[in-house]
Amino acid sequence: MYNQTEIIKDTTELGPEGELVVNMGPQHPATHGVLHLVVTLNGETIKKIEPHLGYIHRSIEKMCESLTYRQFIYVTSRMDYLSSHINNTACALLVEKGMQIEVPERAKVVRTILNELTRIASHELWIGAMAMDLGAFTPFFYAFREREMITEIMEDTCGARLTMNYIVPSGLMYDIHPEFQTKVKAFIKQFKEKVTEYEDLVTGNIIFQSRTKGVGVLTPEDAISYGCSGPVARASGVSCDMRKIAPYDAYDKVEFDEIIETAGDSFARYMVRVKEMNQSIRIIEQLIDNIPEGDFVGKTKNVLKLNKGEFYQRVETARGELGVYVVSEGGTTPYRIKFRSPGFSNLSVLDHIANGSKIGDLMATMGTLDLVIPDIDR
Amino acid sequence: MFLKDYIVDVYKGVSSLLKGMRKTGYYFTHSKEIITEQYPDNRATLKLADRFKGEVVMPHDENNEHTCTGCTACELACPNGTIKIITKFDITPEGKKKKAIDAFIYRLEMCTLCNLCVAACPSDAIKMAPNFEHSVFDRSKLTKILNKPGSKIKEGIE
Amino acid sequence: MLSLESITKTTQDWLLAKFTPTLALTIECVIVILLAITLFAVLGLVLVLLERKVAARIQIRLGPNRVGPGGIFQTAADTLKLIMKEGLTPDTADKFLFNLAPFIVMMVAMLLLAPIAFAKNFQIWDINIGVLYISAISSLSVIGILMAGWASNNKYSLLGAMRSGAQIVSYELSAGFAVLTIVVLTGSLQISEIVASQENGWWLFKGHIPVVIAFVLYIIAVTAETNRAPFDLAEAESELTAGFHTEYSGMKFALFFLAEYINIFIVCAIGATLFLGGWMPLHFGHWEGFNHIMDYIPSSVWFMGKTFLLIFLIMWFRWTFPRLRVDQLLNLEWKYLLPISLFNLLLVTVIAIMGWHF
Repeated sequence: MYNQTEIIKDTTELGPEGELVVNMGPQHPATHGVLHLVVTLNGETIKKIEPHLGYIHRSIEKMCESLTYRQFIYVTSRMDYLSSHINNTACALLVEKGMQIEVPERAKVVRTILNELTRIASHELWIGAMAMDLGAFTPFFYAFREREMITEIMEDTCGARLTMNYIVPSGLMYDIHPEFQTKVKAFIKQFKEKVTEYEDLVTGNIIFQSRTKGVGVLTPEDAISYGCSGPVARASGVSCDMRKIAPYDAYDKVEFDEIIETAGDSFARYMVRVKEMNQSIRIIEQLIDNIPEGDFVGKTKNVLKLNKGEFYQRVETARGELGVYVVSEGGTTPYRIKFRSPGFSNLSVLDHIANGSKIGDLMATMGTLDLVIPDIDR
Repeated sequence: MFLKDYIVDVYKGVSSLLKGMRKTGYYFTHSKEIITEQYPDNRATLKLADRFKGEVVMPHDENNEHTCTGCTACELACPNGTIKIITKFDITPEGKKKKAIDAFIYRLEMCTLCNLCVAACPSDAIKMAPNFEHSVFDRSKLTKILNKPGSKIKEGIE
Repeated sequence: MLSLESITKTTQDWLLAKFTPTLALTIECVIVILLAITLFAVLGLVLVLLERKVAARIQIRLGPNRVGPGGIFQTAADTLKLIMKEGLTPDTADKFLFNLAPFIVMMVAMLLLAPIAFAKNFQIWDINIGVLYISAISSLSVIGILMAGWASNNKYSLLGAMRSGAQIVSYELSAGFAVLTIVVLTGSLQISEIVASQENGWWLFKGHIPVVIAFVLYIIAVTAETNRAPFDLAEAESELTAGFHTEYSGMKFALFFLAEYINIFIVCAIGATLFLGGWMPLHFGHWEGFNHIMDYIPSSVWFMGKTFLLIFLIMWFRWTFPRLRVDQLLNLEWKYLLPISLFNLLLVTVIAIMGWHF
């Protein structure tokens, strides 16, 4: 079979205009997973980017249709694995909405704290990976050191480091660890000390700035029309923070700012995330000493049945707006479920903003879009 | 003016680079900052969180008794068919038939450690254990029977 | 005192006494070749280990620590692995050039070793145009890289090789001008004379600010010339996976890898020779006692110490900075480094003519 294939003896498959088609991925150091980009190049300049998906499709939506409302939550941890808590929260909120269950205050506050810790952990990992995309290896290790503290907090309380499955409809699976508050406070202290390191090593660095400023500019109009959300849209000046627009859990009780930058370039996206970490710390500081006493889980029936109808719940993950849409027939399993993942819309903008730039810019742009492939391709 | 901007540019750039080098230089000279954990060597001191979800175990007391009634609540709660319970009928001393588990089959290779079975258990018969060194050479070794041979259900558990 | 100088002298005397001059020369050549190859192997192992240890310390890790005490045999084990691996040649590659390229890169590195003075009177070939020879030969390494990139028949390799070509050719200029400042001050191209001119103080100290600028420019330029981060565009693993050596495996890859480290050693050795006085001990004007103590340290230790200091500096760069983009790289050279080095050379020339240096 192989012998019958004609091997092109030219060194490069030159198109009519001297174009070079390069397959970046599915195994490529910068695509962070199995994203496959078919990049058409003219020299170093990018002419077209075509993302190919499907390498990590696990049909999570279809799987969820055969799982009960208690069971399907754990699967969503595997979508955007860096904000698995937030995914779980979205599903739990949806079930609560569909069954009109009241959630205890304690559970709400703990959920909010854990969501914000997850967000910080995700952004920490992203800073490291982003710096690595641009060729700086060292910030990766510094970022992971702080992230490790968060994963240890998660390990103590939830029993797992990445795919926690701690949030159940109507509350939490079990109560927080007795040392939860002290550990979170210790983390906040260390984070505030070490965040200046990113300032020195990454943010202020002239090479980093020249690599990201003015690169991959996304206008607010495009951000809206492509359906971007999260830090990507906020860096273009679009206000889209679900925690502000449609507050859930304890977000209506805390004070925090929605970070909005107007430049729309990679550096603005970077700054949005860095500043967002500080806002997350601010939220946690407001809540950590005020966790109300009481039940951590509300009273529910053993078998959960959603009311007949359609339900939609949206939350703000570390990457943007995650929507969960469920059509219920009144049974124990969803009739149809659909996830609106933020990464998919954010990836769709890549061709538009990276077109005409250099290969190096593609890495900077792709890095700041913060793509998690299992989230894009469920 | 042009020359001044040029020099200011160069100065700012160089100073930002030196700032970064000072930071990495600090870490190079301070070995106490090293965070590496030498895993197989530190087995003795390595302590995992007590809630760590490593695998499902069934605790037995000193009389080799467990509290599993074989109600299959865990089997139903499991999202991916990890647990299979085979029941049998024991004859109690009074001569009555009583349902009991013959084998609690737990397939670790299929388990996602989601804790739903433990949460579903009405008699606290199973729990999560913080074991994480699960590597074996043969996949069949990951299929475990959790109730120990000869074990029986504790008195008074229905 | 046993020094390298006396060893070479004894060996030569003994050879000349035993054999005819031609045979003695041949034997000397063989000895030099063997020594050079040994030096290469040892340097490769040491530098790779050093780099990994430096990287680990900067990245708050421990680094290799399993093979041998403190991991000192890690690189030897790696080399053993690479030797045993299959040297794969892609089906559509230009086989002759593909297999030739690593040897060209290696050969260039070897040739550069000739005029370097490792210690007092310990030099393979004290050619009278030493600096010119180094500039000429070091620009040849781009041929090997281009050859590797083209012959691999791989798009990543080709892009990497083209980047490398543009980069090395551009940065040759600044490196050349930085070297010229010392030539202007010394008035000689010969390595031994350049070293001798620094007997009462290294050029870095006695050449005023222009030489310091030239030194900085030299370090930047050679970092780029050896394809090291932040100028590792030819390899740029997040963009081009491995750049020009994507298709190489086994020992052929090891040769590229080795050549990279040997090149670093050589450019640092040249930097140490030109700016830091080569094997000359550190002397301060009138501190007789201090100078005397410094003289007791063997000259080879001085040379290696200075070279490794510069190597460490280059490694420090690599583990701190992000990578530049290809157009920024060329901007940096043509808009910043080249004008500065031209102006700097002018200044140095004025200083040399007026005799303002110490």
